[in-house]
Amino acid sequence: MIPALVVFAYLAVVLYIGIFAFRRAAPTDAEDYFLAGRSLGPTVFLLSLFGTNMTAFSILGASGHAFANGIVTYGLMASSSALVIPVCLLVIGTRLWALGKRNRFMTPVQMFRDRWECRHIGTVIFVVQAVLLVPYIIIAVMGGGTVLRAITNGFIPYWLGGAIVSSVVMSYVFLGGMRGTAWVNALQTILFLLFGTIAVGVIGAGMGGFREAMEALLASPATAPLLTRERVSPLYFFSYTFIPLSSIAFPHICIFCLTARSVTYFRRTVVLYPICMLLIWLPSVFLGVVANQARVVPAIESKLEARRQLVTDNASLTAADRARLRAAAAGDDVIVRLVEGYAPLWLAALLGAAVMAAVMASDSQILALSTMFTEDIFAFYQGTARFGHAAQVMTGRIFVVAVTAVAYVIAMRIPQTIFDIATQYAFAGYAALAPLLVAALFWKNSTRWGALASTLWTAAAVACVAAIQTGIPAPPSGSEIVVWAVGDWGIVTRGAAGTFVLGLLPVVPMTLVSALLMIAVSLATKHFSRPSDQTLARYFMIGHT
Amino acid sequence: MRWFAFSAVALLYVLHQDFWFWREARPLVFGFLPIGLFYHAAFTIACAGVLWLLVAFAWPRHLE
Repeated sequence: MIPALVVFAYLAVVLYIGIFAFRRAAPTDAEDYFLAGRSLGPTVFLLSLFGTNMTAFSILGASGHAFANGIVTYGLMASSSALVIPVCLLVIGTRLWALGKRNRFMTPVQMFRDRWECRHIGTVIFVVQAVLLVPYIIIAVMGGGTVLRAITNGFIPYWLGGAIVSSVVMSYVFLGGMRGTAWVNALQTILFLLFGTIAVGVIGAGMGGFREAMEALLASPATAPLLTRERVSPLYFFSYTFIPLSSIAFPHICIFCLTARSVTYFRRTVVLYPICMLLIWLPSVFLGVVANQARVVPAIESKLEARRQLVTDNASLTAADRARLRAAAAGDDVIVRLVEGYAPLWLAALLGAAVMAAVMASDSQILALSTMFTEDIFAFYQGTARFGHAAQVMTGRIFVVAVTAVAYVIAMRIPQTIFDIATQYAFAGYAALAPLLVAALFWKNSTRWGALASTLWTAAAVACVAAIQTGIPAPPSGSEIVVWAVGDWGIVTRGAAGTFVLGLLPVVPMTLVSALLMIAVSLATKHFSRPSDQTLARYFMIGHT
Repeated sequence: MRWFAFSAVALLYVLHQDFWFWREARPLVFGFLPIGLFYHAAFTIACAGVLWLLVAFAWPRHLE
């Protein structure tokens, strides 16, 4: 019960920081509330931007995926992100910062509307962006439910854990705005940066050293492949390099780029980003793999037993049995179980709070949704002019509560793992929206019609993937169902790990087609929908005027 | 130097597809880290080095 009390104390501290930030610097206007007055210092900017990107996905999702799939998890997400995300921050983030400061943008949609001189197309982009953020909030609810249930040994059920974490996050986001969120994120980043090193040391000592654990894993034909990448194809591995493109397209990351006091603060963030990735992902993935040898922990042994049953009884299982066993074998809570099994009680409590910190990094998405709704919809359609600022803030909050409630209901019903939900919907969708950002910032000939085509394609593609995932139950591991074929050639297939297009993750064709549509439709429409020269000058003459 | 830094980014992207350690777990670096995982950890540190080059030589000064 002590770990649960420490975690609740941590939740109280986080709430206090949010409230403290609210009281200390009562927001004077929307820019102050939603962007912390564009005044974040270099350290808070680095820690909070990084913390914003590191959610339940990074610790729970990564270790859970590594538990089932092995070391490949690190190469799939961490090392590719360590390259792609900082490059995007340097090339795109700095430009966003400069344009945002000059033109007083607070959301990406505000910029798109201004850049392409459009109104309702911006609203379409808003709707797609908001819907694609929902999976991210879903994984936070799932993470909260998973961690609180594991830490309290089931005393707090999954549904209540998810509700508690969502409520705490919403509360401090509402009270503290960006300033509170940034400070909480900075604290959370420090906590889970420390977590990895401590957890590895403590669990290693508890298991009697990792050397023996690794040798034992290598000695068994069932677990030896976890230490290589032989279970995934090079095409699948390559597909994952497209996923980090989503980061800069996420509205909460775009909005965070606007909060730095100076563009020079990006320098340190860009260089240190890969090191932060290493410090969080390497322990998470390594511990997820090592958990396969932690048979003395009853909760982990029962997962391994469910996995064994999936393999041995594969042919005779019904789809429902397979889904039940997959849920029992899922490893999203494996890191909490390891800590619980090997760390002393007081340390398990602190580490539990650190895991909770990662789970709660969904605060920025919630704040971004609130900012987007109030600025892109309510204020844009004259709501503020008609009903005043108080009504603007209130509707933003009601909108966020409604979206979080929807995310909560979905989180309680879906059987997928955190890793799969994030990569298949949120990350894939936003990676496909990245061409919008690139075109707006770097291509004069891009038009609003190109942006609309790209956005509609993304929405349709994500909907198709969701329909396939929910309509066709996952087949047994190693087999696949052909969803669409040309002759004998299976174009779209449904495998145990998700949907594939020519053996690639859907994110690859989604992003490439989105970019092609942006180019083709823009070229076809540039003669009648090219923005004015004054608008283009504001975007392409930065630093030259 | 600017082009060298951007070329290094492209090279890293290619090096990310390390098919040469695809089916190998050994050697276990430090006695417990599979070579494939060690490679990608080292790759991550190399990313930090290349990003330092980018910041030093390809920084968008006109935005400051």
